[in-house]
Amino acid sequence: MAIPIAPYAWHRNREGLGIWEGRGRVVATGVGTSPTARRWDEKPESSMGALTILAIRRAIEDAGITPDEIDGIVLTPESTTGVSNDPNAPAPAGWDSVFKMADFPQAGITRGDIDWILLNMPELKNVEFKMNGPVCMSVAFTTAAEAVSRGLAKTCLVVRGWHNLAGRYYVGQGAAALDTAAGPGKYGSIFGMPACATTAMVFEEYCNKYGKSHEMMAPFIVEERRNGLMNPDGYYTQHRPEMITVDDYLSGRWIAKPANIYDNDLPIQAALAVIFTTPQLAAHHKQKPVYILNHAQTRPELQGAVPTLNEWERASDRMGRMLYEGAGIGPEDVSFENMYDGFTLFHQFHLEGLRFASRGEKRGYALDLYQTDISIEGPNPVSPSGGNNGNGRTRWWNHRDCILQIQGRSPSQITRPAEIGISGAHVPNFCDALVWAASAD
Amino acid sequence: MPNDLDRPFYDACNEDRLVLQHCAACNRFQFPPRAMCPRCGNPALAWRQLAGRGRIQSRVVVYDSPVSTLIPDQPFNVATISLEEEPELTMLSHLPGVPVDKVPIGAAVEVFFEATPATGQKVPEWRLVS
Repeated sequence: MAIPIAPYAWHRNREGLGIWEGRGRVVATGVGTSPTARRWDEKPESSMGALTILAIRRAIEDAGITPDEIDGIVLTPESTTGVSNDPNAPAPAGWDSVFKMADFPQAGITRGDIDWILLNMPELKNVEFKMNGPVCMSVAFTTAAEAVSRGLAKTCLVVRGWHNLAGRYYVGQGAAALDTAAGPGKYGSIFGMPACATTAMVFEEYCNKYGKSHEMMAPFIVEERRNGLMNPDGYYTQHRPEMITVDDYLSGRWIAKPANIYDNDLPIQAALAVIFTTPQLAAHHKQKPVYILNHAQTRPELQGAVPTLNEWERASDRMGRMLYEGAGIGPEDVSFENMYDGFTLFHQFHLEGLRFASRGEKRGYALDLYQTDISIEGPNPVSPSGGNNGNGRTRWWNHRDCILQIQGRSPSQITRPAEIGISGAHVPNFCDALVWAASAD
Repeated sequence: MPNDLDRPFYDACNEDRLVLQHCAACNRFQFPPRAMCPRCGNPALAWRQLAGRGRIQSRVVVYDSPVSTLIPDQPFNVATISLEEEPELTMLSHLPGVPVDKVPIGAAVEVFFEATPATGQKVPEWRLVS
């Protein structure tokens, strides 16, 4: 039977909904992170599926619980934003001697699948609740928050793995290799834009409107790499432990000017699992519970070929208002923000929508903020996780770090007390975000 | 390559006309074509002709295209065009004839239609109004 996604009624996508009904009824405890790799070497034991299983086992161990306590899984099945295999493409030789096969051969290779996980993790024998959080792990997090708050699962895994196959990401592969354009992306693909180009266009509009420049991004880029290099689980720490400088950034090769190579996150293989449960059950978990105070969603207006600055500002403004309304807090209560950054050039839209570190400014202030102390030691920690830019493409380092910061065990722990943090992904007009807190009070 | 949904758009392009979907309930144009209005869900969208005028809203210069056939042309401009009738509605353009990285933001542009090399299907392009 097909695994469902969250009903539309679970979305908190408009203002006026009041305090979230689940506020204070869901917590995160255990976190499990796999090792990273740049690309898959086609060995079963280093596949996306194998990393996922490892991350789940680590999360359970981290929480100090037993596998039979897990009664729910919410998973993001998509395991790339780039090139993938047909789901029915054959698994490589030897795969079925290591893993049990699910309904389609690419399960565990280029697509996550709850049933494949359960087949290959017999210790998860009490899972009754299964739901997909498509596209982005932020969807899985908000879905799991609703599921636990509604009593549909008591102790729920939230899971996402990433694969990265050989070859250049997107370039000259699949539809991009053809001399005709078809499918939903054809209206843009005939113009030959790389993935970052839409973001770069809106960023350019932002700079023109507010009198800012690409060079002003440099302190943010450098700080993110610094934060990422503190993370022993991050790709750069594990494989390329090199700091970058302002000069590196300013001399980076253009991809779609004004986006250069450092404005694009690096595709990797990795997996994350997190345990969501109730505050009552968390009492016997090993890790401090991190409360979810609210979540919210924005979705694209879909009027034109690409979004406009106005749309991204409308969407991220609404996101800020929705999150604060449902959590019963305001911007002044937020200790740090871990909004999405991969592509780096849209991070400031998220940040400004939250009015993070605003001194009364509403828009056009983030790049000025980047010129101040945005480090983890400073008063306004911006993206303390280092995000995708500092750790490799997963779209989940930011969420993970909100939990670790509030538990007081982030490898890039902020100096100020980490009481409330916000994370969300991905683009400003297609975003699922959560408010995480040390207590429900 | 046209499909059943967007054939009116591409057929009009072959006649050098810009037609886009319009939702009467929202009084809003949209592009690319969709089965319904994403704002209100109205499936009864009308095809309406537009004047084919707009302004350059933003731009990028592509140095690393994923599309094999365009890689030899790198670097090249891609601009967003904001339509006169619906400024929030954007279309894309290579702005042929405009030097790379010299895109005049805010300049007036008009549509014309170019045949694509592989099939001869015409598609909208935009040029500066002299």
